[in-house]
Formats: sequence, C-alpha cells, structure tokens
Amino acid sequence: MSMSVNDSCRPQMVQAYADGQLSAAEALVIESHLKICAACSEACRAQRALSGAIGASDLYHKAPDRLRQRLAMALAAQAPIPACAALPPTPRPRQAHAWRSVALAASAFFAVVLSAAIAVRFNPVGRNEILHDVIQSHMRSLILNHLADVPSTDQHTVKPWFNGKIDFSPPVRDLAASGFALSGGRVDVVDNRVVAALVYRRRRHYINLFVWPSDDAPASEFTATRRGYNVIHWNRSGMSYWAVSDLNRPELEQFVSLLNRTAQP
Amino acid sequence: MTELGAKQASPGSAHRLERFNRIVLPHLDAAYNYARWLTRNGQDAEDVAHEAMLRALQFFDSFNREQVRPWLLAIVRNTFYTWLKKNRPLELAESLNDDSIPASLQDDPSHAAILNADRRVLSDAIERLPREYREAVILREMEEMSYQEIAAALEIPVGTVMSRLARARRKLTEAIAGGQSRDVYERKR
Repeated sequence: MSMSVNDSCRPQMVQAYADGQLSAAEALVIESHLKICAACSEACRAQRALSGAIGASDLYHKAPDRLRQRLAMALAAQAPIPACAALPPTPRPRQAHAWRSVALAASAFFAVVLSAAIAVRFNPVGRNEILHDVIQSHMRSLILNHLADVPSTDQHTVKPWFNGKIDFSPPVRDLAASGFALSGGRVDVVDNRVVAALVYRRRRHYINLFVWPSDDAPASEFTATRRGYNVIHWNRSGMSYWAVSDLNRPELEQFVSLLNRTAQP
Repeated sequence: MTELGAKQASPGSAHRLERFNRIVLPHLDAAYNYARWLTRNGQDAEDVAHEAMLRALQFFDSFNREQVRPWLLAIVRNTFYTWLKKNRPLELAESLNDDSIPASLQDDPSHAAILNADRRVLSDAIERLPREYREAVILREMEEMSYQEIAAALEIPVGTVMSRLARARRKLTEAIAGGQSRDVYERKR
C-alpha cells in the first residue's frame, strides 16, 4: 500500500510540515528528514509552490455588494419591529381636535370644508403612507438592483437628466468629499406622485433621497426607524425631502446637515 | 422626533441580532467564497450563502465557544447539499472513492509548471476537482484554516482532511502540468 520512497518517508507529515501544522518537536524531525531525502524535500517545495500560486492568483471570491444588501434587508426583517402598516397613526387626530373646537363654533358645513382644508394644507398628510412608500421604494431599488436610471457621480450629469422627466428641478449635490458619494438618480413614484430619487453611497450603504416640490412649512422635521431603516424627512426651499438608508442614525443626520449646508439659499 | 424601533424591539432579540452582526456577519466573504467554489457559479453561490447566513442566525443560540468560521462554513456546506439535492440531484450522486491510492512522492511534481500557472489555469483546475477535494483545498489554501478547523467544518476526522488535501494537491499538480503540456502540443500543431 505504501508508495513512499523509503520506510522513513512520511508524506502526510511532510504535507503537514509545509502547511505549518506540526508542533515544534515534530517539525524538527521532518526537517532533518528533508535534508537527506530528495523526494520529500521536492514534494515540500512543490506543495509550497502550489500554495503560493493559489495565494497569489486572487482566486478568493468576495461577497458581492448585492448579496450584502439582500442579506442586510433579510436580517433587518428579522428584527422584531412592526411593519409600517401596524404603526399608530401620526399626530393628525390631535391637530384635528384642536381645530375642531374652532370649527364647532361655525356652521357644520363650514366645519367640513375647514377640516378638509386643514387636512390638505397643514397636517402631515398621510405621513405614514409616505413613510411606507419611501421605505418600500428604497428596498425595491436595492432588491431589483435598480438604484439609478442615470448612474453617475457627476452632479452636472444627474441634474440635467431629470429635465423633461419631471416638472421640477431637484437640487443635486455631490458630497463625495464628505464621504457621501453621489451614485446616480432615477424617477420614482411616492404617494401617487412622480418624484426624483437621488442615490448616495456611504461605504456599503446606500441612501435614497426622495425629493418633490411641497409648500409645507420648512420647519417640520421628522425622523423614524422602521425595520432597521432610518428615515429623515424635512422641508426646505419649497421642496419635501425624505432620506432613507440602513446607515446609522448619526451618519444619516450628518448627511442631511451636509445637504442643507451646501444647498443653495 | 420619534424613535420607535429601538423601544419596541425586545432587548433579547435585538441583542441577539447585534451579536450575530458582530460575530458572524464579518465572515460573509468566507461563506460566499466557499459557496462560490462549491456551486461554481456566482448566482447560485449568492443564494446558498444568503440562505446559510439566515440559517446561521436561526441556529445562533446553539453557537457557543467554538470557532466561528468552521461553524459557519459547516452551515454553508449543509445548505449547499440541501440546495444540490433540490437543484442538481445528478451531481449529488457523483461520489468520491476515498480508498484510492495515496499520492506518490516518486512522480515528478514539476513545480516549475505550478509556479508558471496563471489564474485561469489554477481556477479551472480547482473547479474540476471532485467536490470533497475541492472544499478541503478551499478551506486550507484560501481560508488558511488549520487541519482541526477544516475537520470541524467538514465534519470529518483530521486524518481524512490530510489524505483529501494530499490527493487534491496531487490532482491539481497533474492538472496544471497536463494543461501546460497540452498547450505546448496545440501550439506545435
């Protein structure tokens, strides 16, 4: 059975020696054998050549970003956080209640008209619906690997791309110098309206920034965490902004403050 | 400002997920690389690695003290076999005769050919190895795992790890040398 060169050859020990798997004492025994056995020392050199060639050939397949994102999404879904639909509604009833006392003084007809007007004008109208939409859209863009229709890191390519596709011009800023690289833009639908989605990247995290015109008060800011995603919403200069990402909260806040700092007045 | 997520997650499971992300997730590259060489296909490897990571989370409670990588790669391997049974049942049948003759030291290992082998030649040679040899080579040469760790990942004795490695290396050496001599022959023609 044994096909070794002579009785003192122990091929598996030579292999283990070349693999660095022997104790110091065992290694000494093999080393002294290698000095006198041409076949074993050749085998040892060949094994090391093979290991070296495999190591030098870049044969290691690293996990693609797509898998990381897919996994991050699946893991986030494992977190015991209720889905958007199951969340309690936004403070709409309280505001409605405050106005209702005023409305009660007026005619019933006037009350109906007024609360309808308030719902449209001042309330965070369907904020949960929008929150749900932007998170869905964020997830969809990652799952379908469809982040950008205009994949570009150049704000001067991304901004004009929206011309003729939407009826407003979203502010596009590259924040690569601050570690938030613009990676493209696309047109998306949120809350039944066509919006601009700008895509930024921080390390392996993507940020979807949804933008559309809005005349909501500039002060209203809103943050939330749903299913592992952080969401920050604010209004500024006649635009409504929703930033969604699996990025941690402090960094997403940093992103938002950078955007607002570089935004044109 | 609302921060519902952190409050509503139960501390135990949030902590569990955080531990998983910290301990197991850093080995995603190893899981994918292993799956990639087992399936020999990028898309299938993504599916297997993804499924394996979710299984690892499921079994995470039973994980304790052991080395993470062998534990995780054993799960990748089991996931791969489940996947293979379902998707490529014919390949499952291709079995390995582990009683074959041990590698001979007398043959010329021709390490000049090995040193000159390029990435493509090496990659093809590894992909053509029988599965049991291939995985031993991947864990040893790419993951640089110890014999004990490989034994734990493959759920086989250390002696079997050593014999599979020896045979795998012999086959690789032959394939590389053979590939190069065939190239020479084709060029002459």
